Amino acid sequence: MATEILMPALSPTMEEGTLAKWLVKEGDTVSSGDVLAEIETDKATMEFEAVDEGIVGKILIAEGTEGVKVNTPIAILVEEGESVEDAVASAPAASTEAPAAGAPAAPTAPAAAAAAPAAPEVDESPDYPEGTEMVTQTVREAIRDAMAEEMRADGTVFLMGEEVAEYQGAYKVSQGLLDEFGSKRVIDTPITEHGFAGIATGAAFGGLRPIVEFMTFNFAMQAIDHIINSAAKTLYMSGGQMGAPMVFRGPNGAAARVAAQHSQDYAAWYMQIPGLKVVMPYSAADAKGLMKTAIRDNNPVIFLENEILYGKSFEVPKMDDFTVPFGKAKIWRKGSDVTIVSFGIGMTYALQAADKLAEEGISAEVIDLRTLRPMDLPTVIKSVMKTNRLVTVEEGWPQGSVGSYIASEVMQQAFDYLDAPVITCTGKDVPMPYAANLEKHALITTDEVVAACKKVTYR
Amino acid sequence: MAARKSTQKSNVSAEDLTKFYREMLLIRRFEEKAGQLYGMGLIGGFCHLYIGQEAVVVGLEAACEEGDKRVTSYRDHGHMLACGMDPDGVMAELTGREGGYSKGKGGSMHMFSKEKHFYGGHGIVGAQVPLGAGLAFADKYQGNGRVTFTYFGDGAANQGQVYETYNMAQLWELPVVFVIENNQYAMGTSVQRSTKSPAIWKRGEAYGIAGEEVDGMNVLAVKEAGDRAVAHCRAGKGPYILEVKTYRYRGHSMSDPAKYRTREEVQKMREERDPIEQVREMLLTGGHATEEDLKAIDKEIKDIVNKSADFAKASPEPALEELWTDIYA
Repeated sequence: MATEILMPALSPTMEEGTLAKWLVKEGDTVSSGDVLAEIETDKATMEFEAVDEGIVGKILIAEGTEGVKVNTPIAILVEEGESVEDAVASAPAASTEAPAAGAPAAPTAPAAAAAAPAAPEVDESPDYPEGTEMVTQTVREAIRDAMAEEMRADGTVFLMGEEVAEYQGAYKVSQGLLDEFGSKRVIDTPITEHGFAGIATGAAFGGLRPIVEFMTFNFAMQAIDHIINSAAKTLYMSGGQMGAPMVFRGPNGAAARVAAQHSQDYAAWYMQIPGLKVVMPYSAADAKGLMKTAIRDNNPVIFLENEILYGKSFEVPKMDDFTVPFGKAKIWRKGSDVTIVSFGIGMTYALQAADKLAEEGISAEVIDLRTLRPMDLPTVIKSVMKTNRLVTVEEGWPQGSVGSYIASEVMQQAFDYLDAPVITCTGKDVPMPYAANLEKHALITTDEVVAACKKVTYR
Repeated sequence: MAARKSTQKSNVSAEDLTKFYREMLLIRRFEEKAGQLYGMGLIGGFCHLYIGQEAVVVGLEAACEEGDKRVTSYRDHGHMLACGMDPDGVMAELTGREGGYSKGKGGSMHMFSKEKHFYGGHGIVGAQVPLGAGLAFADKYQGNGRVTFTYFGDGAANQGQVYETYNMAQLWELPVVFVIENNQYAMGTSVQRSTKSPAIWKRGEAYGIAGEEVDGMNVLAVKEAGDRAVAHCRAGKGPYILEVKTYRYRGHSMSDPAKYRTREEVQKMREERDPIEQVREMLLTGGHATEEDLKAIDKEIKDIVNKSADFAKASPEPALEELWTDIYA
C-alpha cells in the first residue's frame, strides 16, 4: 500500500512553503525519523522527517519549488516490491481531510446595545429584613467575623498569608483567628506572594477553599500570573472539570503617605478578567455580607479592601447568617438631578459630595456598585433614565478606569437619556507622590465630585 | 540527606516489562501521529511532542497508587496517556473538537482530567510547580495519604517560583515529588548555557530537600527512584526531588528547526539510549517475548493510535454556545 507524503504545516501560521532541498532520491529506503527534505516556512528552514517506512517511489515536487501549499502531495512512498505505477494507481486521492482553514465561526456577541431600552429589571429588595437589630462594627471586625463564621461552617476554608496568624494580621484583620482555628487553618507564609498564591490555587484545585491575604494588593502583582492564568482560566481551559473556589483579599488603593509603590487601586485591572469575580465594599455590613458570599462562591474572588476604611464604623445587621449577593448595587441615597456611581472608598467622596450638593439644592442619587464583576449596570441605567446625568467616582487612574467602562455602557444602552456627557472622576494620572500636599492633590477630592455634578447639571 | 545514584534493578517481572514497553510505545506512536496531524493542519497552535522522554512518565506512573495526583507543563501528552487518560479524548483535544478532554477549549497545552487526577497541562513555564505543591497541601490538610507528582523541565528550574515553592514545601512537609525532566534544552538553550549549577536537583539541598539524579532513558531506574520518592513522601518526610536525565528527539515545538544541536547528537541518543529499544532488548534477550509477541503489541498500539486519530477527525467542532460556558462555576 503506497503512502502519499504531503507538504507539512511546520508552524502555527504556515500556509505554504518552499521545498528547498530533497535529501532522498527515488529508490531510497527510508524509515521513521529519517530526514526527507528541507522545507522553508515563513519562520525558518525546517528538516522534514519521515513518519512511515518505505521506499521513495516518486518525487512529485522538484526541489526549489516555491509556494507549495500545505497538504499538497510531494512524494509517494511505496512498499518493497510495489511498483510506482501500481502505487500511483492505488494511492488515495489527495487528502481532503484538512478542515477548511480560515473559516472560524463568527463569534456571537452577547446581546448588547439594545436600541431604545425599556427600564431594566432591577432587584431592589432590602439586604436584610426591616427591624433587624443592628450592631456598630468597624470594617476590620466585620471582615474578621465573616471569615470566622465561614471557617466554623466549613472545614475546608483556611486563611493563609504573611503575618495572618501569630502577628494577628499586619492590619489586625485576622485578630483572634489563630486562637480559634489553630495553625492548621490560619497559616503564616514566608514573604513569597508568587509562591503562596500558586500553592493556594493548587489547594483550591485539590478541594479546599483558601482565603489568601495579601498584606496589600500592591504585592499581589508578584502573584498575578497565578491569579489570572491559573485561578481565573482553569475552569474554562478544563472544559468545566475543575476550577479554583478561593478568595484573594487584602487592602487595595492609597493608604496615607506610603507613596507610589504602596498606593495603587487595582479595581480596573481585575475587573477586566473573565473568570474572576471582583468585590470592593464600602461599609462594614457589605464587607461582612460580601465576604461570606465570596468564601462560598465556587470561583476565584478578588476582594479589595481599604486600609483607611478598616477603622470606620457602620451599622451591621445582627443575624446568624447575613450575606449580600454579588451583582446587586446598593442605592445609598435617592435623588433626582444627577446619579453618582462609586464603590469602595470612592463612596466617601460620593456621599460627602451629595451632602454638599443638597445644600445647594441639587438632588444626587448615590449608587454603591459593591461588586465590579458582576456589575449591576441595570441599577445604574435605571437611575440615569431618571436623572439623565452621570458622574462616576474612583481613586484609580483615568485611562481604562472603571468609570470609562460604565460611561461606555451607559452611552451604548441609554444614550438618548443623557442630557450631558458622563464625567468620570478619577485619581490623577500620576504615580502617587509622598509629599502630603501632593498626595492629597493626586487623589480624587470631594470638591472635584461636586464640581463634576454641577457641570453635568449645568449649574 | 539522601543523595544516591539510581541503580538498575533486575528483578522486574516480565509482565511489568511488557507493560512498560506497551505504555512507552503508545506515547511514541501517539506523538508521531500527532506530529503527522499537525503537518496536515488538523492540529493548530503550539504542539510539544514527548518523543524520547517516554521512560520518565511510564516509570513514575508505575510508582503511583490510585488517587495520587500529577501536574505538568505544556509538554503533557505523555503524562496524560501514562496516567490512563483516553487517547481518543486527548487526540480530539489536540484537534480542537467537542470530544476532547476540555471540549476543544484547552488544546495541546491545557488539558485536565479530574477522574484520572491529572491537574494539567499548564502553559506558563514553572507555574505548575506551586500548583503541584498546593495539591499536596490539600492532600496533607485532608490527611488522605496521597502524593502529587509535579513535573517541570530544566528550563522551568530557573524560575523563581520553583524556589519559593521548595521553601514552603519543605517548611510544611508537603507530600510532593518534584520531577525535573532534564531533557537538556530549554527550547533552544542548552543547560550549559543557562546555568553554572552542575546538578539541578542539588539546589533542593539549600532548602533541606532530599533528592537524586536518575537515568531517564531507563524505565526501570526511573521506577525504582519513583518508589523511593513516594516512600519518602508517604512516610511524612516532606518533598523529594528527582532530576531525571532525559532527551527529546523532536524540536521544542512543531515549529522548531532545532539548529541548536547537531543531527548526530540526536541520532546517537536514539541509537544508543532509546528507552523503548532498551526494554525491547530486555524482553527479547531475557526470553520474555518473541519478535512475534512484540509485533502483535506494535499492531495493537498502532490500532489504538489510528482509532484516536479517526475519532479526533470525526468528532465535531464544539458548538458555538461553548464559547460562553465554563467561565464561572
